[in-house]
Amino acid sequence: MAKEHYTHERLDEQVVFHVHGVTKTYQMGEVQVHALRGVDLDLYRGEFTVLLGASGSGKSTLLNILGGLDTPSEGHVLYGERDLTRASEAELTEYRRYHVGFVFQFYNLIPSLTARENVAVVTEISRAPMQPEEALQLVGLAERMDHFPAQLSGGEQQRVAIARAIAKKPDVLLCDEPTGALDSATGIVVLEALQRVNEELGTSTVVITHNAAIAQMANRVIHLADGKISEVHTNKTRLQPAQLSW
Amino acid sequence: MRAIDKKLWRELWNMRMQALAIAMVIVSGVSIYIMSLSTLDSLYETRGNYYRNNHFAQVFASLKRAPLSLVKRIAEIPGVNKIETRVVAYVNLDVQGFADPVSGHLLSLPDNSHGLLNQVYMRNGRLFEPGRDNEILLSEEFANAHNLQTGDKIRATINGRRKTLTIVGIALSPEYIYQIAPGAMFPDYLRYGVLWMARKPLASAYDMDGAFNDVTLTLSQGSNAQDVIDRLDDILKAYGGTGAIARKDQLSNRFLSEELKQQQTIATVFPVIFFAVAAFLLNVVISRLISLEREQIAGLKAFGYSNLAVGIHYTKLVLMIVAIGIVGGIAAGVWMGQGMSNIYMKLYSFPYMIYVLKPGVIVSASAISVVVAILGTLYAVRNAARLPPAQALRPEPPAIYHATLIERMGLQRWFSQPTRMILRHIERRPFKSLLTTLGISMACGIMMIGGFQEGAIDTMVDVQYGMSQREDLMAIYTEPTSMRSLYSLRNLHGVEHAEGFRVVPARLEFQHRDYRTSVHGIETDGELMRLLDEDLNVIRLPERGVILTDYLAEILHIKPGDSLTIEVLEGHRVTVQVVVAGTTKQYLGVNAYMRRDALNRLLKEGNAISGALLRVDEGHRREVYAELKEMPRIAGVVDQKSAIQAFYDTLAETVLFFTFISTLLGATISFGVVYNSMRIALSERNRELASLRVLGFSRGEVAYILLGELALLTIIAIPVGLLIGYGLCAYLAFRFDTDLYRIPLVLGINVYAFAALVVIMSALVSAIMIWRNLAHLDMVAVLKSKE
Repeated sequence: MAKEHYTHERLDEQVVFHVHGVTKTYQMGEVQVHALRGVDLDLYRGEFTVLLGASGSGKSTLLNILGGLDTPSEGHVLYGERDLTRASEAELTEYRRYHVGFVFQFYNLIPSLTARENVAVVTEISRAPMQPEEALQLVGLAERMDHFPAQLSGGEQQRVAIARAIAKKPDVLLCDEPTGALDSATGIVVLEALQRVNEELGTSTVVITHNAAIAQMANRVIHLADGKISEVHTNKTRLQPAQLSW
Repeated sequence: MRAIDKKLWRELWNMRMQALAIAMVIVSGVSIYIMSLSTLDSLYETRGNYYRNNHFAQVFASLKRAPLSLVKRIAEIPGVNKIETRVVAYVNLDVQGFADPVSGHLLSLPDNSHGLLNQVYMRNGRLFEPGRDNEILLSEEFANAHNLQTGDKIRATINGRRKTLTIVGIALSPEYIYQIAPGAMFPDYLRYGVLWMARKPLASAYDMDGAFNDVTLTLSQGSNAQDVIDRLDDILKAYGGTGAIARKDQLSNRFLSEELKQQQTIATVFPVIFFAVAAFLLNVVISRLISLEREQIAGLKAFGYSNLAVGIHYTKLVLMIVAIGIVGGIAAGVWMGQGMSNIYMKLYSFPYMIYVLKPGVIVSASAISVVVAILGTLYAVRNAARLPPAQALRPEPPAIYHATLIERMGLQRWFSQPTRMILRHIERRPFKSLLTTLGISMACGIMMIGGFQEGAIDTMVDVQYGMSQREDLMAIYTEPTSMRSLYSLRNLHGVEHAEGFRVVPARLEFQHRDYRTSVHGIETDGELMRLLDEDLNVIRLPERGVILTDYLAEILHIKPGDSLTIEVLEGHRVTVQVVVAGTTKQYLGVNAYMRRDALNRLLKEGNAISGALLRVDEGHRREVYAELKEMPRIAGVVDQKSAIQAFYDTLAETVLFFTFISTLLGATISFGVVYNSMRIALSERNRELASLRVLGFSRGEVAYILLGELALLTIIAIPVGLLIGYGLCAYLAFRFDTDLYRIPLVLGINVYAFAALVVIMSALVSAIMIWRNLAHLDMVAVLKSKE
C-alpha cells in the first residue's frame, strides 16, 4: 500500500527518476551491510526534494545510485527511458557528464584551478552549457572568479561547486550534505543559491542531509531509516532559506 | 614483534611495487659498483699473481745479435737482479686447412725448463725432450682457435727453411696476456700465435749459437728502471739494440693497464648516478607516505611515542627497502662481476682468473647505500618526527596554486582546464619536477653508453682501416731491403698494387718530454697508406718535415713549426732535428710519418724498405699469400681486415654484455622514476581525479591529467637525457684516451633513438600499470572524505 502512496501522488508531473525495488548490500570487511532494503520512489521534474535520515540510513547510497556512481544489488532505476542499472561504465560516465550535477559535502574543487576554471573544467566537456561567468553570477560569486580555492572561504568554495554543478544545465542536481561542512549562516547562503537554481532553471534538485531544518524548504521530504523509506511528506508551505535556523 | 614494527611490515607490503622499483635502482647501483670493483680487484689480483708466479720480467730489450759473454756486462749494471737471454724470431706459420696468412713469434726456452723469467704456464702436455729439435709449445688461444692439440703438427718457415713442428704442450705466458701481432692493434688468435722452442735448435736455425737477440731482466728492490734501461741501451747500442723498455711499456701489460683504468672509471661514474636517483626516489616516496600518515603520527605521539621513536620508525622503513636493494645488489653484482671477469679471461689470455670479492667492497657498497638513503629521506623523516600532534591531526592545508608563467604571458586561452592543471602542478613543485626530469634524463643518458662503445669502435676501424691504411696484405721483410724487391711483388699474379714502406724505431724528444715509437717512411702519393687531417681529408706529405699523430703532438706538447729531435734506435742510431710539418688524425697508435725517401736520406741509406703494402684481387688472395710465404725475405704477412673481423667477434660478446647491462640499468632507473612519480601523483591527486570522474570525466580524460604531466616531463627529459648521454660518452671517451687508442666521440642517430625508445617504453609500461589503478578510483569515498 505504501508504494502506491509514494509513487502516484503527483501523476500530473513528469517522472525523472523511477526507482523500483532497489536493494544494496555490500561487503565491509567480513560483514555484509544492507544499505538499502527495497526502495521504491519516483522523483519529478523541477522538484526540490530533501532526503532526510540519520547516518547509516542509506541516503548516501541512494544518491550514489541515482548519480550513476554505484549500481544496486537488485531492482531498477530508470532515468527517463534509460535503465541505469544496466548501463556500462562508459554509459554511466556519459550520463554523469551530460545529465547530472553534483555538489559534495567537502566541495571537491580542483586546487590548481581558479573558481572560473573550476566551472570551465565541466563546461568544456558539456553540450550547450552556460558561460562559467554566468553560473558564478547565479551563485553570487561574480567578484571572486579569478581566485584559487585556497583563497576562498568554505561557503564560497561550496558556491563555486554549485556553479560548477549547474553550469552544464543538468537535468538533476544531486547534493550530498552541501552545508555539512559550513556554519549555519554560510550554509544558508549556499541553500539560497540552490533554491535560486531550482527556481530559475527548473532543475530537479535532490539534497541529502541529516539536518531536519533544511527539509522545510523542500517541495517534498523523504525520510529514510535502516535502508527503507519510512515516511514521505509534502510541504504545504515552503520556507525560504533565510527563515531556516539550526 | 612489537605492534609498531608490524605496522612497518604491512606498510612495506602495501607499497611493495614502489618499494621494489626503488630497491631495483639501489640494486643497480650496488651491483654495478660491486661488479666494477670486484672485476678490478680480480684482474689486479690475477695479474699480480700470474706475474709473480711466472716471474714476469721488468725490463725488455731486443737487439740484432750479441754474444752470450755480454751477459756479464749486463749483470754489472747496478739494480739488475735476474737476466735471461733469448732467441726470438718472427715466423710464418702454416696450419693445415687454414689458407690465410698466419704469423707467430717463436721464443726460445732454456733447454728443458719453463725458463727463468717470463715462465710459461703449461696448460697441458710436456716440455721438450733433449735431442728432439722439432718440438714446440703453442699458445693456448692460438691452439684453441685452430683446434690444435698436443701431438698435432704445424709447419713454419724458420729462417727461410720450412720445418714441420710437433706440438708437445699448450702454454700461456705473462708476456702475452694481450696477444697481438707486431703492427696490429687487435688480437687475432687465428692469424697470430706464440710458440716456444728449445734454445739449441732455434739458435742454430738463426745462427745464434752462443748468442742472443733478446734479453729480459728483473730488478733488485729499490732500483730505478730508467737508470737500468739507460745503461742497458748503452751496452746494446753496439749490438743493434732497439731500445729497452720497462714493464709499464710492455705492450701486453700496457693494454691491460689501460683496461683496468677504464674499469676504474666505470666503477666511479655509474654508481654515483644510481645512488643519486635512489636517494631522490626514496625522498619522494617517504615524504608522501609521511604526509598520508600525518594522523597516525599524531596518534603515535599522543600515545607517548617520542620524536626519536617516530623518526626511527620511518628510518627503519627506509632501511628495509635499502636492505632489499643491498642484498639483491650484492647477488647481482657478484654474478655480473664473475661474468665480466670471465669475459676478460677470454678477451685476454689469462691461465686462470682469481675472482676476488673483498669484504671492503661489500661493506662500502652497503654503507654508501645506507648513507645515501638516509640523507635522501632525512628531511622528510625529521619533519614527521617534529610535527606537533595537534597540528598533525588537522588535515594538511590546501595546496596553493598560481597561474603559470606561460599562462601569464598570455598563452592561457590556448590551454584547456586539464592542461592548465598539468602546467600548474608542475610549476607548483618546480624542484620535484626538475628532479623527476633529471632522473629520467639520467636513465636516457646511461643507455647511450652501450651504443656509443659499439659505434666508436666502428668509427675507429672505418677511419683507420677504411680510409687510412687500406692495404689487403702487409708483407714484413726480415730486414730492410731494396726498393727493387717491389717489382717481384708487383709481378705476382693477383697483386694489383704494391707500395713500400720504411719503419724504424725511434725516440722522439721535444723540450723535456720524450716518447718511444716508430718513424714511418711512406710514399708521397700512396694509395694504400694515407694520412688524414682533422676533417679526414687526405694530407699530402711535405717535402721536408715530419707529421705526427695528433695525440703524439699533445703528448710532446709540440706544434707544427717546432723542431723535433728524432733519435733513431736502429743501425747507425743517428740523432737529427726535424721540423714538425703537421698532425694527422689517428685513433689507433701513436706514430711519426715522413716521406720514405726523406727517411732513407736521414738514415743515410739507399732506397730501402722494411716491407710492402699490397692491394690484392680478392679472388687471388690465397694464391698471393701462398707465394709470399715462399719468399725467404718475407718474415711475416699481416691481414689486417681479418684481424679486425676476429676482433669484432671477440669484442661482440663484451659489448653485448655491457649493452645488455647498461640498458637494463637505464630501464630500471627510468621505470623506477616514472612509476614512482606516477604512483605518488595518483595518491596525491586521487581525490581530485575521482571528483572529476564523478563530474563526468571519462577514465581517459582523467588519465590525461595524470599521465599528461609525466608525458610532458618525459618529453622534456629525453632531449636533456640525450645531452647528458652525450656528455657521459664524451667524459668516457676523454677518460679512455690513451696512446694505444683514442675513442672517437661518434654517436649515431640509432644510439639516440634507442635510448629515447627505451625511456618511452618504460614510461608506457608505468602508464599501463597506472591506467589499471585508475579503474579503481573510488568515486563514492571521495564524496565523503576530507583531504
